[in-house]
Amino acid sequence: MLRGVQWLVAAAALLAVLAAPSVLSRYYVNLLTEVAIYAIFAMTIDILAGYSGRTPLGHGAIFGIGAYFAAYTVAVAKGPAWAGVLLGIGAAAAVSLLFALLAIRTSGVSFLLLTLAQGMVVWGICVRWTSVTGAENGIRGIARPEWVADPVRFFYLTVAVAVLAAWALHRFVSSPFGLTLLGIRESESRMRTLGYNVPLHLVLGFVVSGTFAGIAGTLYAFFNTFVSPTNVALATSVKGLLMAIIGGVGTLFGAFAGAAVVILLENFVSMFTDRWPIVLGSIFVLTMIFAREGILGKARLLLARETPHLTPKGDES
Amino acid sequence: MKRRTFLKTTGAGLVGSALWGPGAIRPTRAADAGPIKIGLMAPLTGVAAAGGREMVDGWELFWNQSGKTVVGRPIEVIVEDDAGTPDTALQKARRLVQQRDVHMLVGNLLANTGLAVAEFVRGTGTPYFMPIVAADNLTQRDRIPNVLRVAGFSASQMPRPLADWCLKKGYRRVVTIAQDYAFGHEQAGGFAQTFTEGGGKVAGQLWNPLNTSDFSPFLGEIQNQKPDVVFAVQTGADASRLILQWFNFGLKGQIPFVSSQNTTDQSVIRTMKDEALGMISSAHFAEGRDDAANKKFVDAYQAAYNKLPAIFAAELYTCGMWVAEGIKRVNGKVEDRPAFLRAMREVEITASPLGKTRLDPYGNPILDIHIREVKQRPDGKLWNTVLETYPNVSQFWKYKPEELLKQPPYSRQFQGIKS
Repeated sequence: MLRGVQWLVAAAALLAVLAAPSVLSRYYVNLLTEVAIYAIFAMTIDILAGYSGRTPLGHGAIFGIGAYFAAYTVAVAKGPAWAGVLLGIGAAAAVSLLFALLAIRTSGVSFLLLTLAQGMVVWGICVRWTSVTGAENGIRGIARPEWVADPVRFFYLTVAVAVLAAWALHRFVSSPFGLTLLGIRESESRMRTLGYNVPLHLVLGFVVSGTFAGIAGTLYAFFNTFVSPTNVALATSVKGLLMAIIGGVGTLFGAFAGAAVVILLENFVSMFTDRWPIVLGSIFVLTMIFAREGILGKARLLLARETPHLTPKGDES
Repeated sequence: MKRRTFLKTTGAGLVGSALWGPGAIRPTRAADAGPIKIGLMAPLTGVAAAGGREMVDGWELFWNQSGKTVVGRPIEVIVEDDAGTPDTALQKARRLVQQRDVHMLVGNLLANTGLAVAEFVRGTGTPYFMPIVAADNLTQRDRIPNVLRVAGFSASQMPRPLADWCLKKGYRRVVTIAQDYAFGHEQAGGFAQTFTEGGGKVAGQLWNPLNTSDFSPFLGEIQNQKPDVVFAVQTGADASRLILQWFNFGLKGQIPFVSSQNTTDQSVIRTMKDEALGMISSAHFAEGRDDAANKKFVDAYQAAYNKLPAIFAAELYTCGMWVAEGIKRVNGKVEDRPAFLRAMREVEITASPLGKTRLDPYGNPILDIHIREVKQRPDGKLWNTVLETYPNVSQFWKYKPEELLKQPPYSRQFQGIKS
């Protein structure tokens, strides 16, 4: 019954999104594209924060590496777009493997700080390695392939990728392997006693998350046609985490709600006031006080008042 | 008789307007009846917020003075905060162009925000004027036809006259200390190239990270090199800190110190006294320049905001004049983009806070660049006054454009130093 309602809502939302370009101006289509890209990114953070009990603060760097590799391949090396996409995703996967190996034995605040430091290293490289990254000026002129040059087509492509990513990640977290991650979140020592190789599982979880962050990053490079150190900076990591938290940590699909709220707020509130970060901050605080489960978590709770057993737990770390 | 004619004409007018109404005028002049919408982007939050404020102030001062109508069309300005980051700038540019339907974009402060917006308008064809963004390549190797550096300057253009002036003063050994990012590399490069080609020698080049809180290691290194002169490229808080530490270390008066336009900008020296007095810099704007148009601007700015204007304010004010003149030249038809851009390229500003200026064929202004000295006004405030003026300086200095464009852009690795 509950699942039925959820599918209905999801299908209605998807239909609305698919119909959007025919009623909305190009500006809104671009906004929705951005929402879809960030939703993928926020889901990857949720894999770690919500399902593995490890909150990363360096995922922006992995996202940005995907973007930088795609940008460099297409705009500087003048390679084809598919090569940029493959290299971007590959690089993000490789870097997340490296990061995972370094960070995975820690948890809680240490994990937070370690991933933060990793992100700063990447940022430092992007700012300093002028000849390759263009430093502060970034890399520009990332041309989209002809068939998605039109914003509406690119929007459909992005939505398709986002839906596929959501499906894949959903399969991932509900697979037996995904359940071991949940188990690790609940009690590492118990999983170890049961004979699971906890670090290996976490590394794999991290790499899957990083790879999808790379997908989001390459999409972003083609969306923005411009990459700069801001994309790998702490601010991007925090933005993604904020979306995951507002949407509902441990809900996966909450990322879509979170991304929509943050990006739409950023764009609409700033029309009325320069102090829009205050509004965003207040909403974050209110979410933490009144709906720690996030938007989707709260919605599920409300829907499931009578049958409360299915709701996922909010992140405790 | 008189009264009757009056009644007749007004009556006819009233009946006419009642019959036809505003709708009658619009269909025939559909394209150019509404307001001219200008999107102004400035960092109003984030690291560059103080500079962004001065931009908006300078811009608004011009439009308040001139009246917000040009050749009958009202001017509607939509101000957006770019937060000093390229992604936000891009977001705002998209909104202004795709949703608010602006006829042109103006502004942005940091080079990376300007580069992002320039890339965006390359695709849309929207006229984009950037009075502050100084990245050399935007009017050199990587030009975009609808992007003009109206009332601005390219980074390496500004320090070349200063290098020439230093050579004339007999300085032969220079140490440069510049912020370690593209703008710093380009300004230091412009200086180093002109200085060494004129027979000077670069004894050392120091690069401090943005937001350097302590310059003492750099100051020690400068003393070791025993230069005849030090050339500094610093902005904002870095500029204040370098000037204060230079003074506190007792180096002021020991080693001659010259700097880029931002280092002794009004926004930096406003709160200083002896530390900044006598400092030399080069810029296209000097708030203490003795000139009627400049005085008019400085006095009006002081009356409106109770402080002396900084370069950003002067640039945006002049950009306002330029845009108004461009609109006049096309008789308000800014919808005809090629014609409007051509008009903007042809505008010659004769009297402004920046003096006389016009664009070169590459879309960058040819400017009178002043060697400035910080002096005290009778009321105790500090300001930049003019020591010497290099008239009509182009971004290509004394080179042939093609020759200069053959060399790579300035970076830490390439500073154009002739050994």
